Amino acid sequence: MKPAPFDYVRATSVDEAVAALTASDGEAKLLAGGQSLVPMLNFRLVDAPVFVDINGIDGLAGIEETDGGGLRVGALTRHHTLETSGVVRDRFPVVHEAMKHVAHLAIRNRGTIGGSLSHSDPAAELPAMTVLLEARIEAVGPNGTRQIPADEFFIAPLTTVLEPDEIVTAVYLPGLPTRSGWGFEEFAQRRGDYAIAGAAAVVTRKGEQATWARIALFGVDDTPVWAKNAEKVMISRGIDAAAKQAAADVEPMSDLHGSSDYRRHLAEVMVRRALTAAMERAGA
Amino acid sequence: MTETISITVTVNGVKHTADVEPRLLLADFIRENLDLTGTHVGCEHGICGACTILMNGDSVRSCLTFAVQVDGAEIETVESLGDAENLNPLQQAFRDHHALQCGFCTPGMLMTATDMLRKYSLETDEEIRDGLSGNICRCTGYQHIVDAVRSAAGKRNDAS
Repeated sequence: MKPAPFDYVRATSVDEAVAALTASDGEAKLLAGGQSLVPMLNFRLVDAPVFVDINGIDGLAGIEETDGGGLRVGALTRHHTLETSGVVRDRFPVVHEAMKHVAHLAIRNRGTIGGSLSHSDPAAELPAMTVLLEARIEAVGPNGTRQIPADEFFIAPLTTVLEPDEIVTAVYLPGLPTRSGWGFEEFAQRRGDYAIAGAAAVVTRKGEQATWARIALFGVDDTPVWAKNAEKVMISRGIDAAAKQAAADVEPMSDLHGSSDYRRHLAEVMVRRALTAAMERAGA
Repeated sequence: MTETISITVTVNGVKHTADVEPRLLLADFIRENLDLTGTHVGCEHGICGACTILMNGDSVRSCLTFAVQVDGAEIETVESLGDAENLNPLQQAFRDHHALQCGFCTPGMLMTATDMLRKYSLETDEEIRDGLSGNICRCTGYQHIVDAVRSAAGKRNDAS
């Protein structure tokens, strides 16, 4: 099918984009990479009277180093840029690995970081990365700029705390502890598919004992999951107990790709593997 | 009534100016307005890869891009590679390795492989399979396509 007719606004600045959203009384939508939006338009699952194209906004793309080993990633940065960035691989190898699992080359060439976060697919890799890494998501609206902690940003499938006239402008990733190790595991039917279940972890350790842990899951609940309880269990009782705790704490959906029970089983396996890899990579 | 917007886009080295509706997909612009029917439209939601073209040197889905968005861009379609009498090395490799049967997916396969051959070393079949994973073929079982890209990558390396 083809999209329904719409008006097209090409924004050249964030202010212009926000103004166009505000002027539409919340009816207009942003068009970034379009890799999730345009399929929904083609199927007429979504329509809007106005689309505001933000691809022409200068300075909205790019990766900058921040103090303490962190990064600021502009919202219009393409997935493929994040995947192939040397500084991302150095500072956040878990993100480098995760990006390889995002769809396919032609999709990654076009899809954007801000678009993926705003789309809020609970099975997508990037939202889970922001939760895992305690990222802050910067959004600009008519009342100015705010930063939203990633674990408060995603509230339901395809739903975030963004107001209709707000635009994501950047993601801030704070630096990881020194000598930390990481793991990323995803189970999907085919390469590039959304995850049926996935997990990622970052740990530090002393000997065989984890001293700090961060765990996130995706594809197993309505939003990416921050496995807070499992992190505590990881430090007190180790990998097996933490994996079981993480699986017990999620509420997976059933669909034609897998039942809720199957996803819960996979969640435990994914967390176990991610934590095992993270412990191996961490400096003792 | 939605207004049309004027765009100027270079396709296979030829500059075109046109007035288009915002909702016109790039794939349809290429096929209907420019009559370049080598670009195929399969699924219209970014899954099959048949409509893959190069936009400013990067492979993208022309079914997930609007024509208004490519104003000022350089587009390459399968017609830029070669014709029946003058196949380019990649096309020749597809012929030599029987890398197509019905041919529907072939334009997308060729354009994805063109992007990969320009940017990546393609040392392993794994790398080739990963790059081609976004293009669906229902005939070949993929092995012959991987063989063709492997062969083209080898000839590229010999030439350089």
